[in-house]
Amino acid sequence: MKDALGFPQSVLVLGGGSEIAHATVRKLIASRCRKIILAGRDTEAMMTPAKELRDAGAETVDVVHFDALDVGSHDSFVENAFAGQGDIDLVLVAFGVLGDQDLAERDADEARRIVASNFTGAVSVLVPVVNALRAQGHGTIVALSSAAGERARKSNFVYGASKAGLDAYCQGLGDSLVGTGVRVMIVRPGFVHTKMTEGLDPAPLSTTPDAVADAIVTGLGRGAEIVWVPTQLRFVMSALRHVPRVVFRRLPI
Amino acid sequence: MPPKPAVTHTRSNTLPGDDMLLNGWGGTSPSLARVATPLNDADVGILIGSAPQRGAIARGLGRAYSDAAQNAGGMVLDMTALSGVRSIDIDAGMATVGAGTSIDDLMRWLVPRGWFVPVTPGTRFVTVGGAIASDIHGKNHHADGTFGEHVHSLTLRTGSGDVLTLTPDGTPEAFWATVGGMGLTGVIIDATFDLIPIETSLMSVDEERCRDLDQLMTRMVEGDQLYRYSVAWIDCLARGTSLGRGILGQGNHATLESLPKSKRSSPHHFNPTSAIVTPGFVPSGLVNGLTIRAFNELWFRKARHRHIGTQQSIGFFFHPLDLVDSWNRMYGRRGFVQYQFVVPDGSEEAVRVAVERLSGAGAASFLAVLKRFGPQNRGMLSFPTSGWTLALDIPVGNPELGRLLDRLDDVVLDAGGRVYLSKDSRTRPEHLEQMYSRLNEFREARTKLDPDGVITSDLSRRLGL
Repeated sequence: MKDALGFPQSVLVLGGGSEIAHATVRKLIASRCRKIILAGRDTEAMMTPAKELRDAGAETVDVVHFDALDVGSHDSFVENAFAGQGDIDLVLVAFGVLGDQDLAERDADEARRIVASNFTGAVSVLVPVVNALRAQGHGTIVALSSAAGERARKSNFVYGASKAGLDAYCQGLGDSLVGTGVRVMIVRPGFVHTKMTEGLDPAPLSTTPDAVADAIVTGLGRGAEIVWVPTQLRFVMSALRHVPRVVFRRLPI
Repeated sequence: MPPKPAVTHTRSNTLPGDDMLLNGWGGTSPSLARVATPLNDADVGILIGSAPQRGAIARGLGRAYSDAAQNAGGMVLDMTALSGVRSIDIDAGMATVGAGTSIDDLMRWLVPRGWFVPVTPGTRFVTVGGAIASDIHGKNHHADGTFGEHVHSLTLRTGSGDVLTLTPDGTPEAFWATVGGMGLTGVIIDATFDLIPIETSLMSVDEERCRDLDQLMTRMVEGDQLYRYSVAWIDCLARGTSLGRGILGQGNHATLESLPKSKRSSPHHFNPTSAIVTPGFVPSGLVNGLTIRAFNELWFRKARHRHIGTQQSIGFFFHPLDLVDSWNRMYGRRGFVQYQFVVPDGSEEAVRVAVERLSGAGAASFLAVLKRFGPQNRGMLSFPTSGWTLALDIPVGNPELGRLLDRLDDVVLDAGGRVYLSKDSRTRPEHLEQMYSRLNEFREARTKLDPDGVITSDLSRRLGL
């Protein structure tokens, strides 16, 4: 059960290789979280972070296989995850691919991969996750969206569109779940320095996995519905959103 | 008499219920459960028998501050329909009432007849079942102990469906697991307990303004023998030399001859009402450092330095918060936590540290309540134990609150104290065995009464009770 201050005792991470997820779980362990499931494609690569989380004070850290693209497996995956001992208080949706924008503009396979992972895969797994949380009578979903989804830019609109889809889905989902004990918090980071963005030129107001994790933990305590990281990004994006198309497309972003 | 309509009711083995989002009085951690209202003991049996996989728990008036009377994804039995006097022995001063009977109703029925409940908490809006499950205390704990200590017998429907009559000495294990057992041993159906006779419905109250914590605690100990009821309100925002300044209120039931002549013809008049209703929507943050400072200052100034023998109504003396209907809504959407702990005599320093840290951190709180407890009873999870108890409300929202309270838990643990489960909403499960040394005994008793673990709550899940 989560406590009165919004802190969970157990977490299921979808995208168990995510650095943002690791940073978040580390902070949650410091405030009570004891049971963790890291679910991702590369189980081998999750062993080291799993050990680190155990050392940080987690009682159990399970590493399980989960592939966002293998949508046929999602129902049974969720069933197994929730069949274990005790409740799952928080589900962190942290998987996603940045993809290659240039390639995706010419190669449908690449475009499909991005959308299938970030949007279709997320929706596909969220449906059984929501069913399980509703049956449980409580739970929180934290979805990692992106500032890139707020307004699609020509330099990464495939990724941006996939995140915009996820973001819109989660907004509607959150509203539909009012009164069920289940809630959704959407996290919209800007440019985060991780291995996913390695080698890219950081955008202004770039941030770190640790800062995103801090914002998530604070947001859980406040009962927030949308969290921007950093906070100022909310106002920057709000302004950018209203820039006329003819101007926007000429901006060097 | 009109003929009965020709509708045949078939008795089924399930009863209707509605999915409802429930939370405690603090308004935090809501969860969804199927809520059903049993109308009699047989209904309770049917509901327990048809409980879903995530079990069932009884709920009274929802005054536990956090998750004690909610059961996410399972069933919650709204016990308020099992209300009313089952039998009363007015000469012996003993009543048997349904578990869903509220202290408010009891007082309205009993006070005009010259009887009072043995223990009342700070609100009249708790049920007798809840009073036993939380083993509640009042301002008279140092003199009269907890509610559970006045119970002669109770009827319990266990998780396995058995109906047991429990008494403190005949069935000590099950009885003292149930008293203070947070409803986890089964559903209490009814209870028989002592009433105390009162000559009047007024309280004779002495009030004193104390400049700091030392003076307050000294005066409070001195008054232990003289007053049946005693409580102090501390201004948690006062710092420095005024740290712990507060108002000590001590009283006894007023005697008939102390009443002015005009009131002697109806000495047991009792008709409490709430004066104000909190509006449905209050923005989070209305209760903040500034508004609380203003309120506390006013409260402190209101009391005179020393005031002897004021006569106050029962409602005003025992239940000042009931004067504001739904006062918990003042904290807005995010709600509040109540932190209440007890530390043994000799650990006055722990109380000082708690007041100091809370005032230092600007963790705004309305007046904190300080009280002395008498000895621990036989209840395995009963909260009160000899010493000092401090209780305070803190609005949720300060991101440092979690860490602050964790550190206060450490102070309480070091002093050999514990937090109150009916108030708790955030303590660490790993500390529970240290706080409640008889926890394992309780677990064994609970397993005997409910081997399949049907009776469960969000509280028991969160703390691994």
